Amino acid sequence: MTSFLPKLEWKSFFRSASFGKSLGLKILMGFFAFYFIAMFFGAGLTLFPFLKDKFPAQDPLFVVNGYLFYWFLVDLVLRFFFQKLPVLAVKPLLILPVKRRDIVNYVLGKSVLSFFNFLPLFAIIPFSITLIYKGYPAGLVLTWMLAFFLVTLIINFLNFIIESFSSEKDLSVLPIIILAGGLYALNDFQIISFSTLIGNGFNAIYNSPVFIIIPVFILVGLYLINFKLLKQKLFLDSGLKTKIKAVQTSNMEWTKNFGDTAPFLQLDLKLIWRNKRSKSSVYGLIIGLLYGLFFYTNPTYQNSPSFFVFIGVFSTGIFLINFGQFIPAWDSAYYKLLMSQNIKYEHYLKSKFTLMAISVILLFILGIPYVYFGWKILVVHFAAAIYNIGVNSHIMLYGGSFNRKKIELDQKAAFNFQGTGAVQWIIGIPLLLIPMLIFGLFNFLVSFEVACLSLITLGVLGIVFHQKIMKKITAKYLQSKYIMINAFEQDN
Amino acid sequence: MIISSNLSKKYGGKQVLNIESLEIPKGQSFGLVGNNGAGKTTFFSLLLDLIQPTTGFIKSNDIQVNESENWKPFTSSFIDESFLIGYLTPEEYFFFIGELRGQNKADVNTLVFKFKDFFHGEILGQKKYLRDLSKGNQKKVGIVAALIGNPEVVILDEPFANLDPTTQIRLKGIIKDLAENQNVTVLISSHDLLHVTDVCERIVVLEKGEIIKDLVTSEATLKELEAHFSENEVY
Repeated sequence: MTSFLPKLEWKSFFRSASFGKSLGLKILMGFFAFYFIAMFFGAGLTLFPFLKDKFPAQDPLFVVNGYLFYWFLVDLVLRFFFQKLPVLAVKPLLILPVKRRDIVNYVLGKSVLSFFNFLPLFAIIPFSITLIYKGYPAGLVLTWMLAFFLVTLIINFLNFIIESFSSEKDLSVLPIIILAGGLYALNDFQIISFSTLIGNGFNAIYNSPVFIIIPVFILVGLYLINFKLLKQKLFLDSGLKTKIKAVQTSNMEWTKNFGDTAPFLQLDLKLIWRNKRSKSSVYGLIIGLLYGLFFYTNPTYQNSPSFFVFIGVFSTGIFLINFGQFIPAWDSAYYKLLMSQNIKYEHYLKSKFTLMAISVILLFILGIPYVYFGWKILVVHFAAAIYNIGVNSHIMLYGGSFNRKKIELDQKAAFNFQGTGAVQWIIGIPLLLIPMLIFGLFNFLVSFEVACLSLITLGVLGIVFHQKIMKKITAKYLQSKYIMINAFEQDN
Repeated sequence: MIISSNLSKKYGGKQVLNIESLEIPKGQSFGLVGNNGAGKTTFFSLLLDLIQPTTGFIKSNDIQVNESENWKPFTSSFIDESFLIGYLTPEEYFFFIGELRGQNKADVNTLVFKFKDFFHGEILGQKKYLRDLSKGNQKKVGIVAALIGNPEVVILDEPFANLDPTTQIRLKGIIKDLAENQNVTVLISSHDLLHVTDVCERIVVLEKGEIIKDLVTSEATLKELEAHFSENEVY
């Protein structure tokens, strides 16, 4: 009866827009998948000898059991952010003669095939094999493995329940943070020790396999709850409805100071705030800002100033990179409107430039505390910031004129490569490598001061010739106008 | 006002538009009729310089549209939803278009207020983004936005589609008023023969990219058009 559902799924996978992406992108995605698999596999292989070495007095399996709680907690949180139940895809099925029960079972069953459920197996299977090899009773190890997989599935379904309750609230991430944080705190302060609880549970299953009945029961229970929740939602006016939030507006009078650019500046700010995809470039700010902490806290990097340039360009330019790489694709949805309106391309581009320049200045100021790791770092960051404003922002705008891929703004951002083409990769080279090379060269040949000065000079030159450069860039955009209009209409 | 000469557009050797000459005088309400794929939207896109002609050119007010951009200040259009900015509210969208066309907020408010009836209380003050409005309401916003800033040429592609009956009748009033009283050249395309004969002084029928009829609207026009399109149905 429902055998056509897997067929549909097969087609939707191979005909999806993302599958038809360029070869380079496929390779990259494949690489990521392979990377994670290899990491887990490696961990699974080395876990046993590692634990034996670290805790010689204890049984490695029981040590693992003791830490499972943390793994499950991280798994739950990650799933909350990255795994969604694909309910919307079933809309066309509602009017066809398919039983609702079948649809629900199908959607839930499909979720079991998620990458999230299989990834841990890459670690658990080699670990279990090692155990058996080391003389653990095979039957018991397999039961333990089964229990682990069952708990993974429990998390799978538990996540959907949490999501279905939290998605109706305004602050949808709050429940998961409170839940995960609460569990972690209770455990950490030894109020209720979940890690021992779960550890003991797994130990018990290992010692007497009868207890596997408990996770089976929990799993069935959660499945039934999911089933009930989902069945209620399969109506156009409940779960399948796209959510509409009331809008907060502000008229942003302060942008008026920017004259002709003001309407575009307002538009860009709204663009960034009101769309999922672009909003992430704001969250990126935090990552970029803290990026230096990964490296500066490590003494190995203390004596390689060229590396400071990399961090400097990156941490003051994170917004410039995130936002700039998709100019003008951010506006691809209504590009025809812009092109038929009475606008000057120059003002349109100028607004993007202004945003990027302001972001660099702000990020530099916020990054001043890095001076704690040495005054040289601050000086390099300053030089990098000037270079970002004067050179990199123009490179970004220029690169944008080669942009041929549209972006759907309301798609999620994480692992979304829509709009990414060769341009985005190539442009990274002049953006990060060239300043490093220039700096490194002068630092090696002359001195640290001259090296900084050379970057600053380049940046200042860019700022001085800003008008002239913008004219050239504008001409380039005008030249590719028709190609861009056409390209932004295509689904990539 | 609008003169197109020797205009053609080919996609990979396939001719989608071929108009030897077409002249639309100022203040005319001009209707373009034809089946799907006849070349209506292609013609409008050429007029707005969104695509390049294979041969020939269009002049609007003596400005060749693919060479100068000076036609933009007096031309406005609504072709499809891709002319809307989904993450703005209707009010913000009107103000944005207003600013591009040199109108301050008060000007825009005055104009938009005139269309209160047209909006039927479903557009203004709703605290919704354009992307969350229904297709019909999106269309209303697009059409009214095309009237901001006293344009001399207004281009509307399929303006009646997706609108409710009340709004269709109101829109007919608006278009008639533009051409008759404000001397605005209005170009519309439509699949609805009744509406287009009601509104337009002149109707051009396109078929496979070529003009096959050029009619001055009269009592007999609707019958003639209906006869023409039911003939087509046969093959």
